[in-house]
Amino acid sequence: MSLRSALGDGMVIAKRNVIKIKRVPEVLVFVLISPIMFVLLFAYVFGDSISVPGLSYREFLMGGIFAQTVIFGATFTGAGLAEDMQKGIIDRFRSLPMSRSAVVFGRTASDVIYNVLSLIIMALTGLVVGWRVNNGIGSMLLGFALLLLFAYAVSWVMAFVGLIVPSVEVINNAAFLVIFPLTFISNAFVPSDNLPGPLKTFAEWNPVSSLTQAARELFGNIPAGAPEPDAWPLQNPVVYTLIWVGIILVVFVPLSVNQYKRVKSR
Amino acid sequence: MAIVEAKGLVKHYGDVVALDGLDLEVQEGQILGLLGPNGAGKTTAVSILTTLLIPDAGSAMVAGVNVLEDRMEVRRRIGLSGQYAAVDEHLTGFENLDMVGRLYHLGKEQSRKRARELLERFDLAFAADRPVKTYSGGMRRRLDLAGALVAKSPVLFLDEPTTGLDPRSRVELWDIIKDLVASGSTLLLTTQYLEEADLLADDIMVIDNGREIAHGTSEQLKSTFGGDTVEFVLDNSDQLGRAVELLGEVAAGDIRSAQETATVNVPVSNGAASLTRALRILDDAEIPLSDVQLRRPTLDDVFLQLTGHVAERGETTDQEVSV
Repeated sequence: MSLRSALGDGMVIAKRNVIKIKRVPEVLVFVLISPIMFVLLFAYVFGDSISVPGLSYREFLMGGIFAQTVIFGATFTGAGLAEDMQKGIIDRFRSLPMSRSAVVFGRTASDVIYNVLSLIIMALTGLVVGWRVNNGIGSMLLGFALLLLFAYAVSWVMAFVGLIVPSVEVINNAAFLVIFPLTFISNAFVPSDNLPGPLKTFAEWNPVSSLTQAARELFGNIPAGAPEPDAWPLQNPVVYTLIWVGIILVVFVPLSVNQYKRVKSR
Repeated sequence: MAIVEAKGLVKHYGDVVALDGLDLEVQEGQILGLLGPNGAGKTTAVSILTTLLIPDAGSAMVAGVNVLEDRMEVRRRIGLSGQYAAVDEHLTGFENLDMVGRLYHLGKEQSRKRARELLERFDLAFAADRPVKTYSGGMRRRLDLAGALVAKSPVLFLDEPTTGLDPRSRVELWDIIKDLVASGSTLLLTTQYLEEADLLADDIMVIDNGREIAHGTSEQLKSTFGGDTVEFVLDNSDQLGRAVELLGEVAAGDIRSAQETATVNVPVSNGAASLTRALRILDDAEIPLSDVQLRRPTLDDVFLQLTGHVAERGETTDQEVSV
């Protein structure tokens, strides 16, 4: 199987998924409304009661909300695959002379659309509640690109989970169980310095923290006087996040493709 | 020449034996009907031959390619229509077929052209641009079958193509399958409906518990496993005992009689001649008849005799047959 036909097959599958996004707009509504809800809730419920030394909580918050939302967005990949596996269409795919990786590649590719849309909506909502980009357009685009890239890597983890679990409901619950602790034991919503001992260390090395930190730096949401973080991952957030992206992809791309080959529709 | 050839296929699911050493062959341009109740191993056999499952033992060649060694090459040469319509319900009929065409690597223009051709041929052109979720069950099955034909593959596998369909849709699908075979396709068809195998298949293999229990043409199976029967209905059931006694002379097996309906069923070896003789005997004995008929055997009789249980009938839907 040449790389060209593997890419071509992946594109055919991605196109199918994009058509579905258009035909089932209910999902899109959820994807677009939940980021608005998150921004407004955090900005107005916590915004005035949590203080972060040296900067405004709303500025501080947006990086965390961006990170959490795109990671949750990756759940769609697992749910989409789990749903496909329950239908006869997967037997059709598996009997066709197509690339073995196309179904999973096509799925992760088309799901990037969800995250692009939710980032746009979140950024616009953020601008309304007082968030600003202070570091120029180039940095801003890098920030969004890093968020999307990390979410893309996580979508491969979710793809693997989606191929193992028996149903769509299970994937949603499993995702919540993993994503909530990961995003809350991080610097996404509160500065990690405030956390007790072991949690602080976990938060400092948690890639969600470095992703959040990188977003804040690239969007210029960390003012000059803010305290310098002690931990290496937070001092070099972009590099540390990219290392995680690499590790996740190296582990989960082969795992997911292999799992797809083995699985029979349920 | 055998275009599908399987030897000694074995497949276990835990303790359950799905296939227990199945051999089968399909000759080029012929239809093999794999007939058996639910759980007989039909779908497992098709899944192995179409590369969806790997057998625990055995070997198979499809269109000259070893199924265990070169799965991708097998996939280029087969079309599969599964037990559940394998179509995407959010896509339109056209989009479904075009997607399958692209995945067979037909090329953009060729794939679209083929999709339109098939929609026309399967009487779906009117619904080509509607999402499949608006289709009826029969339309979905036709679209699914069309999906199997996209690449004009030399070998087709249809796994219970009419299960769960209403009688009208079933007849429509039968017509399509008959056309396919007339145009020279080789086909392996699984079914739990006797009349379907009888109507469509050149060669019928009856399987149960993952093993072949009978094999031959419909005619061969009927003459081997079920002979003709003459059924007499008497005017008066008081005469039943005497009639059974007298008809023993022409019977080729055990005579069955029913007091309530005053009927006598006599298995015979030579239908017409035996019928004439039996009528003469009854006339001489002055036993008046209200009806008489010669019954040819059906595949039902064959199936009942082979498996010890009644096959599922066309009218019923997807229920389990107790084995």
